[in-house]
Amino acid sequence: MKEFSSNHLLGIKDLSFDDIKLIFDIAENFKEVINRPIKKVPTLRDISVANLFFENSTRTKLSFELAEKRLSAEVLNFSSLGSSLSKGETLVDTVNNILAMKVDIVVVRHPDAGAASFLSQNVNASVINAGDGSHEHPTQALLDAFSIIEKIKDIKGKNILLLGDIKHSRVALSNIFCLQKLGANVRVCGPPTLIPKNISDLGVEVSFDLHDSLNWCDVVNVLRIQLERQNLKFFPSLREYTMMYGINREILDKISKEILILHPGPINRGVEITSDVADSNQSIILDQVENGVAIRMAILYLLASKIKIS
Amino acid sequence: MKNKIILNPKELSIIIDRLCYELIENHSDFSHTILIGLQPRGVLFANRLITKLKKITSQDIKFGELDTTFFRDDFRRKKGILTPHETNINFNIEDFKVIFIDDVLFTGRTIRSALDAIGSFGRASSIELLVLINRRFSREIPIEPKYIGKSIDVFENEHVIVNWREDDKESNVVLLNN
Repeated sequence: MKEFSSNHLLGIKDLSFDDIKLIFDIAENFKEVINRPIKKVPTLRDISVANLFFENSTRTKLSFELAEKRLSAEVLNFSSLGSSLSKGETLVDTVNNILAMKVDIVVVRHPDAGAASFLSQNVNASVINAGDGSHEHPTQALLDAFSIIEKIKDIKGKNILLLGDIKHSRVALSNIFCLQKLGANVRVCGPPTLIPKNISDLGVEVSFDLHDSLNWCDVVNVLRIQLERQNLKFFPSLREYTMMYGINREILDKISKEILILHPGPINRGVEITSDVADSNQSIILDQVENGVAIRMAILYLLASKIKIS
Repeated sequence: MKNKIILNPKELSIIIDRLCYELIENHSDFSHTILIGLQPRGVLFANRLITKLKKITSQDIKFGELDTTFFRDDFRRKKGILTPHETNINFNIEDFKVIFIDDVLFTGRTIRSALDAIGSFGRASSIELLVLINRRFSREIPIEPKYIGKSIDVFENEHVIVNWREDDKESNVVLLNN
């Protein structure tokens, strides 16, 4: 009998190949569900989920909320802005107070790496990491890989490029773990200042040459420049970054094959990618958004199935 | 474990023919009727029924596959994950007559979840139930089929298995006694 190996989703690093495969199998079913005339199923009607966002989010928060509502879960939203955190309450106290309202699953986004893991050890609920600092963003990596597989069928042996701000991106790290577990070859490319020093220890190729990297890859995941996490200047100007590492039609026309383009959003149009490319047939950015709901429904379903009836 | 054959291939074939004629008697024109096979095993039965029905009527028969996993009432009550199967209903069922097809009717709970699940695709004008084997006196929910291949009385610990083979001359229905 199939089982999901963990009671939490803290990062891709902890997942097995079978876990990822199981999530994708269930997500395929939910993708069909969210394309029905009536998109709601009653599966999680006796489950309560708290969305705790200690950092700004638009699509991840909306996507989780929609996934929860389409599964008929009770949804509780918390934003750190204007909360008792500003009065000195600790993270564990805040969350335990919310759990006292009988919450079964906590979805947490936090600016500090390890926050989701810390919560999972200190609170009595299933924890889903919706992004912790520059560490991991597991649901994004899962929906990225799911979207790639949907287009190119088998990801094994394919060359996948992560382009841009690798240093500050939690999406990059989760993508590396996920794609490697699925058997893809991963390369990172960007300005030397935005590539972590020892990243090749993870088994990824490193390149600073955009043209060569685009020729190498079958798929490129264009990452956003994380201006909010850059206290120092990592490149002279946005204009220079765009000239060196921005994706535009002219560059794509120079390479010999048609590559698939992903972007986790939000897009800095005209910086890391031009509008005509982001909106072209090569881009699957909106498929990623749709698949995000299906993937999150699958994760909620799998974790909820492990919560015993009290 | 002792096996007992309830239906041999020849009896199975006769029953499928009879069920087809019962459907024709009640529906005659199938242009506003949709047959829905319930995943997983009802689909295998439905495939046989539809092939035969097409042959007899020469009509185009609308057919879909419905998985009821997300509507079941035993989520979190069983060990392991309830693994869903594919749903294939590529049409709006609004105002169509729907016929659910399943191989064995036991407690009735799958049919209850199917009644909920089909609502996601519109409001059918009517819903009927056709089963190959009706296990009598085992219902936990007040649900009864309209079309029955064969009704049987068996103990709770006995299992009814419908074996569909590629060559239907080898298909049969078996009672397993644990």
